[in-house]
Amino acid sequence: MSSTTYLIKGVSVLGAEPTDLLVRDGLIAPESEARGAQVIDADGLVALPGLVDLHTHLREPGREDAETVESGSRAAALGGYTAVCAMANTSPVADTAGVVEQVWRLGREAGLVDVQPIGAVTVGLAGQHLAELGAMATSAAKVRIFSDDGHCVSDPRLMRRALEYVKAFDGVIAQHAEEPRLTEGAQMHEGEVSARLGLTGWPAVAEEAIIARDALLAEHVGARLHVCHVSTAGSVDVLRQAKAAGVRVTAEVTPHHLLLTDERATSYDPVFKVNPPLRTQNDVAALRQALAEGLIDIVATDHAPHAVEDKECEWGYARPGMLGLETALSIVLDVLGPDWPLIAERMSRTPARIAGLTDHGHLPAAGAPATFTLVDPAARWQVDPTASASRSRNTPYAGMTLPGRVVATFLRGEPTVLDGKATK
Amino acid sequence: MIKHLLSAADLDAQHATLVLDTAAELAAVSGREVKKLPTLRGRTVVNLFYEDSTRTRISFEAAAKRLSADVINFSAKGSSVSKGESLKDTALTLQAMGADAVVVRHPASGAPHRLASWVDGSVVNAGDGTHEHPTQALLDAYTMRSRLGRVAGLHVAIVGDVLHSRVARSNVLLLTTLGAKVTVVGPPTLIPVDVGPALSPDLRVSYDLDAVLPDVDVVMMLRVQRERMNDSFFPSTREYARRYGLDATRMRRLPEHAIVMHPGPMVRGMEITPEVADSARSTIVEQVANGVSVRMAVLYLLLGGK
Repeated sequence: MSSTTYLIKGVSVLGAEPTDLLVRDGLIAPESEARGAQVIDADGLVALPGLVDLHTHLREPGREDAETVESGSRAAALGGYTAVCAMANTSPVADTAGVVEQVWRLGREAGLVDVQPIGAVTVGLAGQHLAELGAMATSAAKVRIFSDDGHCVSDPRLMRRALEYVKAFDGVIAQHAEEPRLTEGAQMHEGEVSARLGLTGWPAVAEEAIIARDALLAEHVGARLHVCHVSTAGSVDVLRQAKAAGVRVTAEVTPHHLLLTDERATSYDPVFKVNPPLRTQNDVAALRQALAEGLIDIVATDHAPHAVEDKECEWGYARPGMLGLETALSIVLDVLGPDWPLIAERMSRTPARIAGLTDHGHLPAAGAPATFTLVDPAARWQVDPTASASRSRNTPYAGMTLPGRVVATFLRGEPTVLDGKATK
Repeated sequence: MIKHLLSAADLDAQHATLVLDTAAELAAVSGREVKKLPTLRGRTVVNLFYEDSTRTRISFEAAAKRLSADVINFSAKGSSVSKGESLKDTALTLQAMGADAVVVRHPASGAPHRLASWVDGSVVNAGDGTHEHPTQALLDAYTMRSRLGRVAGLHVAIVGDVLHSRVARSNVLLLTTLGAKVTVVGPPTLIPVDVGPALSPDLRVSYDLDAVLPDVDVVMMLRVQRERMNDSFFPSTREYARRYGLDATRMRRLPEHAIVMHPGPMVRGMEITPEVADSARSTIVEQVANGVSVRMAVLYLLLGGK
């Protein structure tokens, strides 16, 4: 527990009237005990529950040149996150209790955010045999989310079994919805821009068909389904139907799919190459509306660091993915406006609930864990790739000026970020 | 003049016409006994070829040499490229050698765009993936002009695998810029989704070659690789040839003055039969000859030869 007591003065919790928050022994304490506390002037700042990212690639083990658990944790804390769910597509793949425990332990050692490993659904992400999901669930990492992200669990029978099997420990399958036969060789969204650029198209239907199938499977076996990085207007329609039918489905959207379109590919700069690809303005509008309405439950970054040589090359040879942890809150603020209760719901409370992270997603109020973020909503900042805490530089927002800056992040009473700088 | 030629869309009607006019002047030189001009003496042109294309490389090489440029042929095979050197490192090497122009052929769409951001010299796209091949479009327009006297107002049918064709993309862009009417023809599987809005609002699409032929001045047949049938783009080569191949019977549907073009290499018996390819309407050999003049004009204008 923290030895330092902090008094955060004049902070607006979710945009409400300014108040003081006392941070002591890992909790928000009654203000009467403020004697001797270190004062943080939070005039004009907004307090949010610490953000929770359901979709982060930390690359360790295997690609420590692109990111490590520690560097990714630091980027997360600087972005206002207090918990991240680490995707399983590492090398070796996180498909055994041993690997998920290693990632979990590295997260604890870094101590900047809670790192919750996600387990692979199938051995080696190969889509052939179920990984030992139960062993990962009962490991020290207590895995509850399983995903082959980067690959779709495309075999319908295997997907059905996975959805069914994890019911035993209240698990959830997070599906990367991409019918692989429809996206062989795909490089970008299939449409006007791909036709002009001569890049193989990734049709929206490849995503929508899998979401529809999985929703029906989840309904049939009474299981929970989470849909990763929803990217098309048609997917929103499918989700609307599924939710109306009472299917236990949740869905995420990334900041980049809320902001950028396939027109970016015109530069052939692979910093804009991502999977699923950037879509059209029509899709962006549908995703924004769905997020506001709650048809899409959460924002998840799909933070995907890549080494320079994997991006400074021809579009077709580049790896897909982009950084997201340090820019997500600013982009959501830009997209949704300063609706702080909504932002807290989509970026903290609901992702914490889906992931089963009971320490997270709580409003900073007396008695709650002191796990929160202070944001300066008036600040504007220019994205500088070289200033990123990530080991990688593949941000698609380089040079853009974004609203809202994270000033401080607290994890169970410990500051991980103060004055906009990581504390370790 | 523009600095790079990456896409046929880089040329407006005025610049495109300037290239064709310049090519016509330079073609006169090719008829002389001494074919060389001193225009680019002391300048270095690098042919950077990541794909085998003897035809295009030789055409660019002849063009540069006739303008007295120093030519370096940098083939991906048997070079450091095959040892895994990145395009960027290769670009920096060419930069250090002082290349004034880099002519690049690459299997990845957009590679010339990337290259242009890493070198100071001019970049000429000599075919990138399934994207564009702008000098092919220029030589095709040149050939139409020399055979039919104009480009504006012509109706050109581009037939075949439009989806995977860099020749088709560049031709649609350039021909519409120059005022021609263009129809792309092929099985729906080989026509890109949204091709009209992507390339030109005036572009027409047809799936019926027989219906289009009586109305065209130019029919341009694209190469169709047999392997495409393995991905179910069409059922068999026989069915493809029957529906979209140009044979003597079909050729008779063309107006008297109409010409038949093909960028090569041809797949005889697939998209075109030998008797069509070798007929008087065929411009296939002329296209090759015109290629040198057009590429001379492009290098001359990009490198500010005046």
